[in-house]
Amino acid sequence: MGIRNEELRIKNVKTDGLNFLAGEEIKNFSPLTPYSDNVCNFLNDFSAELLKDSRYRNFPDAATVAFFARAGNIKRLKKNFAGKNFRIGRGLAFHITPSNIPVQFMFSYFFGLLAGNANIVRVASKNFPQVDFLCEVLNKILAKDEYKKIREMTSIVRYDRESDWTKIFSSKCHVRLIWGGDSTIENIRKIPIPPRAVELVFADRYSLAILDENSVENLNETELNRLAQNFYNDTYLVDQNACSSPQLILWKSSESFHGREKFWSAVEKIVHEKYDFPPIKATTKYTNFCQNAIDFPQTEKLFKHDNFLYRVNVSEPFEGIENLRGKFGLFYENNFSSWQDWREIVSEKFQTLTYFGFSPKDLAEEVIKNNWLGIDRIVPIGRALDIGIFWDGYDLIGQMSRVIDAQ
Amino acid sequence: MLENQQEFLKTSPYSLTHEEKRKKFTEYMNELTKYHYENSAEYKKMLEGLNYSPQKNYELEELPFLPVGLFKEYELHSVPKEKIVKTMKSSGTSGQKQSKVLLDSATTRSQSRCLSYIIADFIGSKRLPMIILDTEIVKKDPRLFSARGAGIIGFSMFGRDVFFALDNDLKLKADELKNFIETHKENKFVLFGYTYIVWQFFAQEMKRLEINLNISDGDLFHIGGWKKLKDAAVSAEIFRDSLKNVCGNIKVHDYYGMAEQLGSVFVECEHGHKHCSIFSEIITRREKDFSPCDFGEVGIIELMSVLPSSYPGHIILTEDEGRILGEDDCPCGRKGKYFEILGRVKQAEIRGCSDTYGN
Repeated sequence: MGIRNEELRIKNVKTDGLNFLAGEEIKNFSPLTPYSDNVCNFLNDFSAELLKDSRYRNFPDAATVAFFARAGNIKRLKKNFAGKNFRIGRGLAFHITPSNIPVQFMFSYFFGLLAGNANIVRVASKNFPQVDFLCEVLNKILAKDEYKKIREMTSIVRYDRESDWTKIFSSKCHVRLIWGGDSTIENIRKIPIPPRAVELVFADRYSLAILDENSVENLNETELNRLAQNFYNDTYLVDQNACSSPQLILWKSSESFHGREKFWSAVEKIVHEKYDFPPIKATTKYTNFCQNAIDFPQTEKLFKHDNFLYRVNVSEPFEGIENLRGKFGLFYENNFSSWQDWREIVSEKFQTLTYFGFSPKDLAEEVIKNNWLGIDRIVPIGRALDIGIFWDGYDLIGQMSRVIDAQ
Repeated sequence: MLENQQEFLKTSPYSLTHEEKRKKFTEYMNELTKYHYENSAEYKKMLEGLNYSPQKNYELEELPFLPVGLFKEYELHSVPKEKIVKTMKSSGTSGQKQSKVLLDSATTRSQSRCLSYIIADFIGSKRLPMIILDTEIVKKDPRLFSARGAGIIGFSMFGRDVFFALDNDLKLKADELKNFIETHKENKFVLFGYTYIVWQFFAQEMKRLEINLNISDGDLFHIGGWKKLKDAAVSAEIFRDSLKNVCGNIKVHDYYGMAEQLGSVFVECEHGHKHCSIFSEIITRREKDFSPCDFGEVGIIELMSVLPSSYPGHIILTEDEGRILGEDDCPCGRKGKYFEILGRVKQAEIRGCSDTYGN
């Protein structure tokens, strides 16, 4: 099993320019059980090595990779995973990772490895210093004797998308993961995978937040600032352009409506301090707002602080609200009264519901009670971007491993 | 409404000072805004979102501006669709959406009148032998009615005898050009073209062939972006000097204008300043809150024009940056604001999670 050089020498294929950022060409591999000791130790060593290197302080996103991989976290995940079934990795996982979230490829690789697979991970050609840094640390740990097996299961690669590598890797894989938007999925899906292979796709999604205004009013200044900072991290930190960044803010209103003004002025303060705001963001956001004002009769007047923060009230929930989007800090707001109003509105496009002042269990029960096709993450404000082994409704370790049903 | 516009068109383009222009211009911009609000459904929705009230009169700086990107998304018009006689399409590069500007005959008429008044201020009202530094085919196919073709058609009105210096493959017709100059050599000439084409297919080629037209008196007007030239490290000075080297004694005028506001263009004077005429106005704005910039401060350019009546394009927020240099006091003697363009606002690296396969 595996990809051998001679198998790649198919006629008329463009196979130049395959660059290995980490690991090596995958020749022979045999799948492992999920959370195998060797993999868990490897992740822990990687985490320790990364945090030992002071450069990680320049890359908060690279640090999140290290925190995910540390022993305590992996142990906890392993404990939650343990079941009665026998399981083993599916084989070879081929990951196509996004171009504009630099550290995403490492998470995808770790999930594949934890499930017990060999992994070919395509990193987009855009250069990020984080990518080089992570690969450098990764290579260092992979070079250790005790991780020879993992090294043989690791290919972190970069290649031109016009080449035939996607075709070749697709034809060999047992799992294909396509991170990124609908159009990428549409393109890659034209390239076949073997009959037994499974595919995990991460489409364009829509996310929203819900806050209890009374709870916001009861916060002291420190708590309020923490909430605002968390909200900033969910949104502005990624230009409000991640699938899990909220577009719509639902307010369970208080009598005074003061909570939201307190909240927004705290957010605004942080945005002024921290957010980089070149002219292109101002013109794009303004254009975006004007277009939505034309296309969505449900949107009301712009409540403008300055160009850093645009707020627009939406008169009522409506079908297709997931197409009403903002970037760079353009938020739509709605007074929430009951999930009853959302019964017909929540579609499969809905991904993450971030909350403040609500119980996640109650919110999850609403999803089930209303038989919705969407909402598959319910996390506190501040954790919208935290990627984990559950994503877009998938149990990634479960999906990438095979069950042996022994009765 | 159009009577008031005619008032402007009767006035000499650079004759009014700030005090003389301000009141009348502001009144007319308010009038146009109200008119388009009542006649364009899209514009009305946008203005409602921006809290505009048709009962109120606004200062120029407070009037709402339409982001130029909307012309790519909607067919904006303020007259019944059957009155539209031309749809102007921007010469957007392939793959990008083109902007569409819908024109009725009244608007096209005032556009050409306005342009002729502005150009006449530089070359006089007498028609002169004209050399278009482009190919004739861009104006021939009406279905491809592009800003480039329209610009050429619009400009060729000022010519008595119009010669296209490039053939259909953008090759220089060197011998015919020399003959044309010879035939009209006792005259003043006017030359016109798009900046990049003038540079790439005319100036460079003339230099390579070591031709000098030895024109004794003439004006070259050129329009269009500088991006490709900037990439090739060609500055305005190099551009100007190279053209003088191959043409002779000519004045070179870069001019700025938008397909969304044809006619009321901003022509560069001999001091290198782009001038607002009484038909137009410029405001530069700060990105942080769109407040107006001070003179000398770089900002996002907003342009106003008295001409657009068939579509709501009288106040546009562009995607260009620039700086207002002064008002009423340019040494060339023209009144009104004068400014410089610094090019497109820089694209930002947008974070997020879509478009994985793009690169």
